[in-house]
Amino acid sequence: MKSEVVVETRNLSMYFGGVKAVDRVNFNLRENELRCLIGPNGAGKSTFFKCLTGQLVPTSGDVIIRDFNGTGRLPHQIARLGVGIKTQVPNVFDGLSVHENIWLAARRWHGAPRARTLTGETIERLKLGDIRNEPVGRLAHGQRQWVELGMVVAAEPWLVLLDEPAAGMTHEETERTAELIREINQQATMIVVEHDMQFIRMISSKVTVFHEGRILIEDTMDVVSADPRVREVYLGHGNA
Amino acid sequence: MNWSRENRWRAVIVAAGVLFTLAAPSMLELFTIINLSTAIALAILALSLGLIWGYGGILCFGQTAFFGIGAYAYTIAAVNFGGSSWAILLAILAAAAFAAVLGYFMFYGRVSDVYMAVITLTVTLILYSLLRRTSGPEYKIGNALLGGFNGVNSPPLNLPWPPYTPLYPEHVFYVGMAVLIIGYVLCAWLVQTHFGRVAVAIRENELRAELIGYDTRLYKLVLFTIGGAVAGAGGIIFCNGVGRITPDVFNLYNSALAIIWVIVGGRGTLVGPVLGSFALFYLTTWLGTQGTVNNNLVLGLILIVFVLAVPKGILPTFISWWDKARQRRSMQRRELKVRRRRGRASLLEEAADEK
Ligand SMILES: Nc1ncnc2c1ncn2[C@@H]1O[C@H](COP(=O)(O)OP(=O)(O)OP(=O)(O)O)[C@@H](O)[C@H]1O
Ligand SMILES: [Mg+2]
Repeated sequence: MKSEVVVETRNLSMYFGGVKAVDRVNFNLRENELRCLIGPNGAGKSTFFKCLTGQLVPTSGDVIIRDFNGTGRLPHQIARLGVGIKTQVPNVFDGLSVHENIWLAARRWHGAPRARTLTGETIERLKLGDIRNEPVGRLAHGQRQWVELGMVVAAEPWLVLLDEPAAGMTHEETERTAELIREINQQATMIVVEHDMQFIRMISSKVTVFHEGRILIEDTMDVVSADPRVREVYLGHGNA
Repeated sequence: MNWSRENRWRAVIVAAGVLFTLAAPSMLELFTIINLSTAIALAILALSLGLIWGYGGILCFGQTAFFGIGAYAYTIAAVNFGGSSWAILLAILAAAAFAAVLGYFMFYGRVSDVYMAVITLTVTLILYSLLRRTSGPEYKIGNALLGGFNGVNSPPLNLPWPPYTPLYPEHVFYVGMAVLIIGYVLCAWLVQTHFGRVAVAIRENELRAELIGYDTRLYKLVLFTIGGAVAGAGGIIFCNGVGRITPDVFNLYNSALAIIWVIVGGRGTLVGPVLGSFALFYLTTWLGTQGTVNNNLVLGLILIVFVLAVPKGILPTFISWWDKARQRRSMQRRELKVRRRRGRASLLEEAADEK
């Protein structure tokens, strides 16, 4: 028996003037799945992602999350469904401490005592204990990404959407992030946008390849990487 | 709730304010005390802008609009009611309601920061030119003649209980200080609450605040409305200190002045803007008595110097110096300890060697 579809897009399109960044995409994600979105630069992954998370209002088509029509909703309305979101460009509260960043996310969903313990646990889990009182603006890139992940985790979402969570990380940091993602996937359904093929091999069962705003192929990593069209798309763009 | 360093400072500030309130009337001349009520009223305005801009990141170039509306609403209501208690309440509500309506259109319309500054300034200047045109006898609200650019005489505050004795001008000083201190305590409390911390988070990164599920429009609206109410309360003290209210409260000079106080005093603190307003009030008063240099020129220079050289403002700059100095001191102390320990260790080793 297959589990239920929790994220669905129907003919989702996002046009910027003449640029068809996302073009009539039909996408399905089942409960507890961990799906990777890959594709060359400019394939439309982030635009698709932004339509899912309410950062962009699609030109046409629908986004359905569980029974909720999320089309054209605001980010906080999507988040309120229990969705945790990490953007491609890190969005953190630079002037505030690591602790404050994570507390703000935990406190959104829980009373003060629970938020405090949850913040502590999240800091432990992400190994941010030594820098808990540092302003996030002063941290290294990889650590900032983890703080952002921490904010996602601290809200205990059932659906987690991550846009390039390992971008700009060292090899060790990338491995640790992959481990974290597998951990998060124990409790949550996930979509992860990534460039790094090796990283995807570390985490994923199923991959969706984007190309020029459309889904090119959707299968396991082995099948996808053997597919001649995928090779062409990537080589054509001088990537991977 | 732990008694943090910040709260200790806040307690010191409140204690200083209370001491000043009690001591000043016996130490200063009557004229100075009366003059002080105007400075206090402006300090309350500074506090309100320090709250919404310094903590909420809302750049309001027309905070004087709410201040002026508070003053006008108080005056008109007090003339009509023949007493001040309801007029005070009405004035604060009017200022808050005006801020709420204006804020609703700006925040729910997703106006960008720059346009927000332009809109708030424009609204203030519109109030200025509208009220200047109200000099005819037909511009009357109840019994209150608006009086055009001459403005309206403000009835004095009176005791809220029988025999409803009107307060003397020197008593306005006490009321003003009470409003300033209570306003400060409320704002300081507010910025520590969950609400206040979210407001700061929105200042830092609005998109992230939305992505973790906060409706940022609502938070900004509520903060802006509270700021309007505080400014309105300042307006009540202002028209009582001066004895009248004129459209000049809405002019460009005053709205720019409020921004300069906050820049000089520092964003992200509440006391900074208050000190900034006092400092500039006395500086401009003093310059006025000298009569040799142009006030605007000096204010412009101060603004440029601060933006270029002390962009964080006086108080935050001072605090970070203080922190650095403290860090250095504690580091030296730690080093000393380590050295001492090492010294002791090597002595022990020597002793062991001798054996
Ligand atoms: N706000 C925008 N306005 C105009 N064009 C846009 C906008 N955002 C994205 N685009 C265009 O849409 C296309 C898809 O961009 P998108 O950022 O979704 O790609 P991506 O797959 O995430 O790429 P990358 O791997 O580099 O992150 C690109 O051609 C891009 O130039
Ligand atoms: Mg992208």
